[in-house]
Amino acid sequence: MPINLETPRKFRPLVEQAHTVAAEVLRPISRRYDAPMQHAYPKELDMLASLIDGMNDSGGTGGAGAAGVRRTEAGGENRNGSNLSTVLSIMEMCWGDVGLLLSMPRQGLGNSAIASVADDEQLARFAGKWAAMAITEPEAGSDSASIRTTAVLDGDEYVLNGEKIYVTAGERAELVVVWATLDRARGRAAIKSFVVERSNPGMKLIRLEDKLGIRASDTAAFSLEDCRVPKENLLGSPDIDSKQGFAGAMQTFDNTRPLVAAMAVGLTRACLEETRDQLAKAGIELDADRPVALQPAAAAELLDMEADYEAARLLTMSAAWMADNGRPNSLQASLAKAKAGRTCVDVALRCVALCGATGYGETLLLEKWARDAKILDIFEGTQQIQLLIIARQLLGKTSAELR
Amino acid sequence: MTAADRSMALALRGLNKLAGSDVLDRVGLRKPVERAVYRGTKSSVRAAGAASRTFSAATKLGGPKRLVPRTDRGLFDLQPDDEQQMLREAFSDFAARVIRPAAGGADIATAAPKELLDQAAELGLTMLGVPEDLGGAVSERSAVTTVLIAEALAHGDMGIAVAALSPAAVGTSLSLWGDADQQARYLPALVGDDAPAAALAILEPQPLFDPFALRTTAADGVLNGTKSLVPRAAEAELFVVAAGEQLYLLESGAEGVFIEADPAMGVRAAATGRLLLQDAQAQPLGTPEDYREAVHRARLAWCAVTVGTAQAVLDYVIPYVNDRVAFGEPISHRQSVAFAVSNIAIEVEGMRLATYRAASLADQGKPFGRATALARQLCVTKGMFIGSEGLQLLGGHGYTREYPVERWYRDLRAAGVMEGGLLV
Repeated sequence: MPINLETPRKFRPLVEQAHTVAAEVLRPISRRYDAPMQHAYPKELDMLASLIDGMNDSGGTGGAGAAGVRRTEAGGENRNGSNLSTVLSIMEMCWGDVGLLLSMPRQGLGNSAIASVADDEQLARFAGKWAAMAITEPEAGSDSASIRTTAVLDGDEYVLNGEKIYVTAGERAELVVVWATLDRARGRAAIKSFVVERSNPGMKLIRLEDKLGIRASDTAAFSLEDCRVPKENLLGSPDIDSKQGFAGAMQTFDNTRPLVAAMAVGLTRACLEETRDQLAKAGIELDADRPVALQPAAAAELLDMEADYEAARLLTMSAAWMADNGRPNSLQASLAKAKAGRTCVDVALRCVALCGATGYGETLLLEKWARDAKILDIFEGTQQIQLLIIARQLLGKTSAELR
Repeated sequence: MTAADRSMALALRGLNKLAGSDVLDRVGLRKPVERAVYRGTKSSVRAAGAASRTFSAATKLGGPKRLVPRTDRGLFDLQPDDEQQMLREAFSDFAARVIRPAAGGADIATAAPKELLDQAAELGLTMLGVPEDLGGAVSERSAVTTVLIAEALAHGDMGIAVAALSPAAVGTSLSLWGDADQQARYLPALVGDDAPAAALAILEPQPLFDPFALRTTAADGVLNGTKSLVPRAAEAELFVVAAGEQLYLLESGAEGVFIEADPAMGVRAAATGRLLLQDAQAQPLGTPEDYREAVHRARLAWCAVTVGTAQAVLDYVIPYVNDRVAFGEPISHRQSVAFAVSNIAIEVEGMRLATYRAASLADQGKPFGRATALARQLCVTKGMFIGSEGLQLLGGHGYTREYPVERWYRDLRAAGVMEGGLLV
């Protein structure tokens, strides 16, 4: 089987479908849910969600959303599975609108966490439900090992207490995957994730954030006050010293980071296509064969941005491909997230500048994409956290040595 | 014997020979330094091209042989096939054991040791782009395979890799674009024992050089102009030269062919020279479209060696920053240092994937000019970033010749300059 980095033939229909959805459904309502309706639920998405469920269930092509990231065993023939098909469809959807993708029912990052670490019984029990992810706290963002939300076993239930912020789709989801510690004295090994029903009276919505971008997506803050969940809702092993502890929880990120990278890649392409069109109207076209120094400056800049886009896109696909083939991809996932995150911010901002007043104004979506972009270099691990993860792996350093 | 068996046999035969020979002892510093003295005295002298042998057709062929494009199985795959894996390992081993130790000396000598180049030829380098019927090693064309090998060699040293791959660029040109007569006349010698040096000359010395606006002219096959930074120009017996809007085959012994030494900032082991053409008679090779493809394939090859050298920087700085202690702890414990390493890793992987993608498109017979332009842009900008950042991590050490990083810094600038010389 030769080396091939093209979109797999079998996924092309899925990609085209996702692209059509992005162009016909997401783009037309992009502005509407950005400003005037920012905390209104985009009703248009319900129909779309059913359509995506259909895509997920159609078999063979794998998932179209965040639920499709369950890992497979290593070895055997080359596989192009749900990790790859998911990043490809997310790229298309985020070419449409990142905020709306994040509001897509049943495609939350909590679904990824469940898909990644749940056992078969839990997987069946939570199937078809929309799950958000709650990790960050007012006093613990990137430093997720020091979260303060506690979980105490009381009979057949865990009792959760604490405060969670920045929960994407937290208001609208049916489930929230909450990270909490079983014993704050025992560090990261004691951190577990718990599936909490959104209707649980112990989990109270405090507020929704007012944000720079991705306004179509609700970002919730919760307080957990004696919030009781069945002990069967703990994902992974309840043992504190088991390898399924913090490492297991962190493993979720190996699967979700390529998804966020894919969001960034999709947004980057949207910016580049719009800018290419705008520049073409201004008489600027890139001749890829001629030396960069002989191109008009704007065309040279376009080439430079396209090159970074290409690197980000291929890194993302390779991280997903590794997951599909059961290869450890923690390093690759962070390479992809770091590159795609910074590329989308850099490209979006440069595109706004290149297009001048048209780029900065609200007639086009460029300025919105430049606002949306920034979150992609922050959530699921900031740029700096990705660089730390990469460096620790390459240099063989622990988090105590390389802080 | 299948093509795979054959190239494996060639590779293994070469390695086996290498392991048993005393070539490693002989490629030390003494010889290259002697050569440097010799070259220093002659570099300002213009010489006629190397006396070329008489190339004659061994067998007449019905039509030109072409390598068949690889088939597209439609799946995303980053795993090299068994043959590619084997070749990559063999050449990585060669690069680590033979090329890297010779790199410093070859840089000073502005020449790769002859024994080393002979060993590389014995490993089958020239044969990889040449069909079996004409003595080559492969039945399937693969730019990816060449990329993997070029990357592996350049991990040892970019200059030596360029010197070793230079004749292959001519062999590949002939098998891709030569007519039956040209193939029969030149290919057997290129893939045979005692193969001649040969070079693909596209670049010219003027600033803002554009391969699609050449100053070298061709009127009825008579070439006039200057080609710059041609690998192994002084010893090459056969050139493929870009003039007008296409490629020409030129024997070094032809009237009006002159060579000057043209050493540069980096890739010095490639013994780069200027090719001065004054009414030199040459024969057309391929079409203007073929020439366009040649430019793309050459750019891709420079991407491959850039990836190899950039990876060498990464592999070198990791143990360095772990071992180097300042302020009471390894400097790798500082984020400013650690993040520099991360950024090198991110960019080198992006460069690699973009290069593989373009090469894979070439193998599938699809347009690959645009993908190549993207890979090149990454290799030019990020490659130089890596060279500079890598040296910075070593501080003053990096600036001295005691460490290889200053050489990589010089070599990595080549990606943004070079056109031609190599081909995938």
